[in-house]
Amino acid sequence: MSTVNKSRRAFLRTSLLTTGGLMLGVNWLSAEAAPAIIGNASGAASGLGFNSFLSIATDGTITIFSPNPELGQNILTSFPMIVAEELDADWKKVKVVQAALDTKAFDRQVTGGSGAVPHSWKLLRNAGATARHMLVQAAAQKWGVAVDECTTGEGFVVHSKTGRKLGYGELAEDAAKLPVPKDVPLKDRKDFKLIGKAVKNVANKDITTGKPLFGLDFHRDGMVLAMLQRPPAFGTKIKSVDDAAAKAVPGITHVVRFGNNVAVVGKSTWAIIKARRLLNVAYEKDGALESSEDHDRLFKTLLDSDKATVRRKDGDVATAFSTAAKVVRAEYQCPFIAHSPMEPMNFFAHVREDGVELVGPTQTPGAARTAVSKLLNVPEEKITVEMTRLGGGFGRRLKTDYVTEAAELSSIIKAPVKLIWSREDDMTGGSYRPAVRYRFEAALDASGNMIGYKLRGVGINSGNPTREDNFPSGAVPHLLIDSVEHASPITTGAWRAPITNFLAFAEQSFLDEVAQAAKKDPIVFRLELLEKAKTAPVGAIKYDIDRMIGVTKLVAEKSAWGTKKGVGQGFSVYFSHRSYVAQVADVVMQNGKPVVKKIYAASDCGQVVNLSGARQQVMGGIVDGLGHAMYSKLTFKDGAPQENNFGSYRLIRMTEIPEIETYFVDNGIDPTGLGEPALPPTGGAVGNAIFKASGQRLRSQPFVDDAIFNGKPAGVNKTARPA
Amino acid sequence: MPLYKLQINGQTHEVDVDADTPLLWVLRDNLNLVGTKYGCGVAQCGACTVHFNGSATRSCVLPVSAIGNSKITTIEGLSVNGDHPLQQAWDEVDVAQCGYCQAGQIMSAAALLQQKPKPTMEEIDRTMQGNICRCGAYHRIREAIKLASTKA
Repeated sequence: MSTVNKSRRAFLRTSLLTTGGLMLGVNWLSAEAAPAIIGNASGAASGLGFNSFLSIATDGTITIFSPNPELGQNILTSFPMIVAEELDADWKKVKVVQAALDTKAFDRQVTGGSGAVPHSWKLLRNAGATARHMLVQAAAQKWGVAVDECTTGEGFVVHSKTGRKLGYGELAEDAAKLPVPKDVPLKDRKDFKLIGKAVKNVANKDITTGKPLFGLDFHRDGMVLAMLQRPPAFGTKIKSVDDAAAKAVPGITHVVRFGNNVAVVGKSTWAIIKARRLLNVAYEKDGALESSEDHDRLFKTLLDSDKATVRRKDGDVATAFSTAAKVVRAEYQCPFIAHSPMEPMNFFAHVREDGVELVGPTQTPGAARTAVSKLLNVPEEKITVEMTRLGGGFGRRLKTDYVTEAAELSSIIKAPVKLIWSREDDMTGGSYRPAVRYRFEAALDASGNMIGYKLRGVGINSGNPTREDNFPSGAVPHLLIDSVEHASPITTGAWRAPITNFLAFAEQSFLDEVAQAAKKDPIVFRLELLEKAKTAPVGAIKYDIDRMIGVTKLVAEKSAWGTKKGVGQGFSVYFSHRSYVAQVADVVMQNGKPVVKKIYAASDCGQVVNLSGARQQVMGGIVDGLGHAMYSKLTFKDGAPQENNFGSYRLIRMTEIPEIETYFVDNGIDPTGLGEPALPPTGGAVGNAIFKASGQRLRSQPFVDDAIFNGKPAGVNKTARPA
Repeated sequence: MPLYKLQINGQTHEVDVDADTPLLWVLRDNLNLVGTKYGCGVAQCGACTVHFNGSATRSCVLPVSAIGNSKITTIEGLSVNGDHPLQQAWDEVDVAQCGYCQAGQIMSAAALLQQKPKPTMEEIDRTMQGNICRCGAYHRIREAIKLASTKA
């Protein structure tokens, strides 16, 4: 350890040489010079000294490195909060720095699966607690007192017996020299001062003043800009390229073809946009040219296929259905949708003789590095990845296609390049939420108990479109869940709450239908099933029954379930990504159309880290879930996406949002993630409320295509016919 | 290429660009004012909103040749210290998730408050429906505008 007593900028210059990626991200977040930092960067990067996550300056400024990509889930605030809590730091003196990819210093530098906080919770607490312990030890030694006579708070060590106190900055130098202790005790949650409170986003000032935070804002002197012309339809490839007119556009430096792409490279965005329009590329068929009507037909065939993959089988389904007092059947279908992050895909790549530099918005910097390493045959240790802030991700930036495109292009033109996707590229370029159709069947006995349950999911490049160990599995004695997948040239990928973003709507709507057939209140019906899963469990399940009951009861209470006049209420509860969210939607009919007035959400994500961020994730998840259920779809004609920008592809807007109330279960369980879990239940709560208010059952999305939203009377509804 | 003298954020900038270049790309590529964002390029999302003589305008479809002596304000010029009542309210309400659309949201809201210092909820909604927030932070955007309108 050494004291580096220089300005931040000078410090960075000297440390960059030795540390690889760790400090590279600093220019994105803290433009102003920071004071001296105790502990050199190599110490920080290799986990020596305090540790990978923090350094302390002599003036008491604490720098906390946040390793996971920030895409709006507020990790750049909540991760450092966890460290600062255990450190007993003065939050006002904490500077947060986005760390670059550094697999030696950090693990799981991924934003996805709502997994960052659950994965790093103990690691981050331990980082703060360890440093705190060292600071206390340094103070105790200085004062010649016992360690357990010292307390900490707000960035000070205090010896209350004698009234002495020393700031962390004053102690940092001595503390950093101490051996790093193991198994330091963590705080009791009742002593939390930051965790669980509403703490503002650390990037607020930079965001509201338009600072260059995002990938598209990245600039490097000497870099060129590029856009690719990709095939206009899935299932086509380049036949011939005439690039004469494009090359003649002033400011264009290269037009090069690689794979099925034609790259237009130049010095300004407008030049490449104009030049790309002048490309004359002919395409030929290279695979199936599928249209949405083909998919509709295909789904019906696959639902009756005898080649399904069995995902789960309990009991004797055939007998249960043949002896049932009543059988309920329904089919549900969703369209492809695009991710549409507000910042389209982009990445900077500079492939040099001695290595590769990558900078941009990615949810998976490690996977991006591996992909570029394989593509260019460059060892991973010669590739650096710096994460900018992401202008949204929603799963799209888990893919590395746009990173490898940038790297490949840079290697061809031998220049630093920022590759930019236009909105049209982004929306027509694939990696969609897969289109899926489900067939549900339920067998009821004479008392209205669900004794049999069948689910078949058929999807296009969907992987397994079921979640076979989720509710109601475990609560039904005779159950069969299977699936069929169709391979298509249309590319798909993870979309916020993959699969469950629609499956939850379908399942929770169907259970509402079953409850109705059983003449039971929808919430009572679920609670009875959950009680059965507890008292007479069938097979293994992934969800915690009590947590599911907890959010169900909480939302019922908060929404005044079943007591409102003139309002149709719909209920939905779902477990995804380790967390539990129950929702109730209030729908009223206005001018013959359903209007969603309010949504209540009860979430159990364990310990809430940042109440402000947590509320945002729930409210944003609900708006996202509602918006895509109501309005969005991507259709195909002969392999070509028919919607290519926000004029034809509808996203929810401010005039279309309901009031939202959010509640959290306070149970002290370690955090279980919140980036996705609030989204899946929304469609079901809204669909069930629309049914309650109008008598019309919606079984396909987007809802707005349904007759009930188009001024037509109930009964002529094409999309919602019972199976 | 023609030379244009643009009045942006109280300063005169000279740029040598094609007449049809949208202001958005002049700001981002030529003047390093990257707070104004590209979202759709077809005036559908509002991420590129600037003030054109005080009115909220989508810079992605405004050709540089149409600007003349008009005064342009971008998010960088909305206030000297980043303390416009809306910028303060955005922090107080903790609006941003990913943050990408927020400069455009603030510029749309600022033009509204300029014309209508105490807008109703309906007026806020009607104005702001041109700005997409993909993260769904609409409730807080609305709340922040309301808050700023009570302070201004």
